[in-house]
Amino acid sequence: MTITDLSHEIDASVLARALTAGRATGADFAEIYIEDKRATSAGLDDGKVEQVTSGRDRGAGIRVIAGDTTGFAHTADLSENGLLAAAEAAAAAAAQGGGGVHTVAFGPMVRQSVNSVRVVPSSVAKSRKVELLMQANDAARSIDGAIVQVSAGYADSIKRILVANSDGVFATDEQVRTIFRISAVANGDSGMQTGYESLGHTMGFEMFDDNDVAELAARAARQAIVKLRARPAPSGAVPVVIKCGSGGVLFHEACGHGLEADLVAKGASVYKDRRGELVASPLVTLVDDGTMTAEWGAIGIDDEGHLSKRNVLIENGVLTEYMWDYIRARNEKRPQTGNGRRQSYSHLPMVRMTNTFVLNGTQDPEDIIKNTPSGVYVAKLGGGSVDTASGDFVFGMTEAYLIENGEITEPLREGNLIGNGPQVLKDIDLLGNDFAMGGPGTCGKDGQGVPVGDGQPTLRVKSLTIGGTAA
Amino acid sequence: MSAVSTTGELQAIADRIVAQAKKGEEIEAFVSRAHETEVRVYEGNVEHFVSAQSQGINVRVISNGRTGTSYAGTLDQSALAEVLAEARENAELGSVDEWAGLADPDGVAVVEQELWNEKLESYPTARKIELTKELERLTLGIDSRVRIDSADYSDGSVESAFATTKGIRVSGRENGCYTSVSTLADDNGETQTGWGFAVGKYPDEFDLNKAARDGVDRATRLLGAVKPATKRTTVVLDPFVTASFLSIIGSTLNGEAVSKGRSIFANRLGEAVASPVFTLIDDPTDSRAYSATDIDGEGLAARRNVLMRDGVLQMFIHSSYSARRAQTSSTGNAIRGSGTPGVGCLALQVGLGTKSQQELIADIDDGVLIQSVQGIHSGVNAISGDFSTGASGLMIRNGVTAEPVREFTIASTLQRMLLDIAAVGADIEWLPMSAVGVSLVINEITMSGV
Repeated sequence: MTITDLSHEIDASVLARALTAGRATGADFAEIYIEDKRATSAGLDDGKVEQVTSGRDRGAGIRVIAGDTTGFAHTADLSENGLLAAAEAAAAAAAQGGGGVHTVAFGPMVRQSVNSVRVVPSSVAKSRKVELLMQANDAARSIDGAIVQVSAGYADSIKRILVANSDGVFATDEQVRTIFRISAVANGDSGMQTGYESLGHTMGFEMFDDNDVAELAARAARQAIVKLRARPAPSGAVPVVIKCGSGGVLFHEACGHGLEADLVAKGASVYKDRRGELVASPLVTLVDDGTMTAEWGAIGIDDEGHLSKRNVLIENGVLTEYMWDYIRARNEKRPQTGNGRRQSYSHLPMVRMTNTFVLNGTQDPEDIIKNTPSGVYVAKLGGGSVDTASGDFVFGMTEAYLIENGEITEPLREGNLIGNGPQVLKDIDLLGNDFAMGGPGTCGKDGQGVPVGDGQPTLRVKSLTIGGTAA
Repeated sequence: MSAVSTTGELQAIADRIVAQAKKGEEIEAFVSRAHETEVRVYEGNVEHFVSAQSQGINVRVISNGRTGTSYAGTLDQSALAEVLAEARENAELGSVDEWAGLADPDGVAVVEQELWNEKLESYPTARKIELTKELERLTLGIDSRVRIDSADYSDGSVESAFATTKGIRVSGRENGCYTSVSTLADDNGETQTGWGFAVGKYPDEFDLNKAARDGVDRATRLLGAVKPATKRTTVVLDPFVTASFLSIIGSTLNGEAVSKGRSIFANRLGEAVASPVFTLIDDPTDSRAYSATDIDGEGLAARRNVLMRDGVLQMFIHSSYSARRAQTSSTGNAIRGSGTPGVGCLALQVGLGTKSQQELIADIDDGVLIQSVQGIHSGVNAISGDFSTGASGLMIRNGVTAEPVREFTIASTLQRMLLDIAAVGADIEWLPMSAVGVSLVINEITMSGV
């Protein structure tokens, strides 16, 4: 089974007429984004498959730019009348007077499927998906009698997009994503603790060929069990070692958002006007790469029709490039970086990350721990957030241990860590050679969520403030 | 969008789906149509203007104790047929659950509320843009150190209809609006951020001056902030922060979580789980609440529920499903998602104290006023009770606010924090959230800094 691209279902001449209508009030630019997304999900809780859900969302978002004003309208009606009405609404919204007729000629269509999907999820029986949930449930519960509750979720989606604009861009992509999540609750003398694992890739059902959900479930269960004997995390500033593949969110928050050109342009980033400067430890080379085909943040084209790219943002500590969307790149006459993304056809695109990661260093990760007399070892991070203007950011630790005399010792209860982006980047003093990508993430910005990936080798930050309750 | 209500048309769609139920099959259909306007202003210009309509349907089918759901973001005929067929197919895959079922009508009367404002519906677009520009101008006029990140206006209206094979049939419409400003304040190469907002049944009720003043104060008062020393202290949560805290507490009282062994308060009914000064109420029938509503996600009447009175745990909240499991009745707390309804608080508020924030601070020799928290989603675990968030605010010394502080965390556990509540303010603020804002004083919090 293959997936056909959306251009087979939408008449290009209709798109051209809608774009012409979008510019009828004199706008500089018009764009149509069409999305057809089918999703299936199944959830298990308390030993039962409680829900199996499927759904379809299909519609078009039309954006018209006149001067500095963007007008936007969206519709679930993909007929010519529906598209023309939305285009007129967007044009009216952007109207700054003027007038005139601009016809549109498309360039050759760019068809860039993000990944070659081997097993399209819709070709797999839903009963097979439900079976994975039961397997995970059984595996988690068999780890220890202290596991009192398990929930698991499976979800897949096939999102086909088509972007056409008045500059002649005409491009399609088919993005297939599959994700599996499991969480376990353990109960002990000191109360309840939780463990969580997730697995997500931009690929089809073949994800389960190389990944065992029972093993994932066992990891989540063990995490909850280990935390039953966790002690309160320390409070105050300590050296922190972050395990490979668990802490990319640190860079996502410490500098990723601050390198988004829309925030930079509004002077809402501590990294404004810092290109060419040393902003991080020379150990750090940070890349945002939408072309890492199987990773959660991978895209063939971005949601403005531009090919995804590998962009080096920080090289050996020096800030080399920001991430751009159409509007910011146009305003500052910069090339596209493939970072214009949106949650769905009903949202405006903006600058977003894809897969953001730090390249390998040279240290043996074992040595990094041995060379840390006391501190905290974070084996798994939760989410995070940042105030890009001040640079202050937080991220949660969901599995962490004390480091005493160069060895990992007692497990710690959960908490947030806080730091200031530019300072923390400089404080990275050891970088391992064991690079790994982390789990799937959803990045939220201005009310929109998009799938993102992150990764890093084991590393040490010489001082981070940890938000525990112990002295 | 036309001002003419189309709820009758939506009800007909829901009714037609439900009428197709086979013998022994339960069906629920929820149909909605929404319209939104969004204006963003930056440096005196409209940065973007969004005008959009959306529609959708959710169908739940329960057959032989198995549940399946399906949705579509369109109401065209082929989609409607497909949605029901998909939900039926999905139901074949679920586990048999003896408690699965739709809500039975419970005879609780709906509290009539004014959820629809005709003045908002007919409010001219040009004036929405003008008031957003006005908010930006007012904010910039207060303090020369302040810049604008954006000034925003947003409104939305939803019409919906709901029908079930249990005989519940309800339709209605509601609309709402708010405006907000995001600020940046610069001094000596340092930048701090703030925000202000205004809510109202329609735009003329907005207090733009207060929104502007809040946006300026929040950003400027953090200028020069330092990282504080680590210590155990008393905190005063600003109303906006309290609202987030209340939402977390509300989530621990979810009756489904209790049945499934995920609540820190299971087996604690009738016990003192909080300070005697703390009374927590979920009241979606109070029309002052932004999230006020007349029905819950299963079509039952929304109702006022006292969750904790003078610190004593009174009840858990339930949907019909969680109630059946716990052998009790729904409390009207079903909330809709894309699948089976869940359980949640609808509009939390607290029993008010008697003092303003300033008076509360006057009683504190040494503490910190928490203006904002960061990372609630990553540092709070409602199952273990661990609470740890990033924070910024002002130190409190000898009864008054002192120097600004930032880049620190506050930590405790939810269980301890409830017991350590020293006072609730009288300074109620209705926020565009599902919980009310009020100042809250909590003792014995660990502040981590240098």
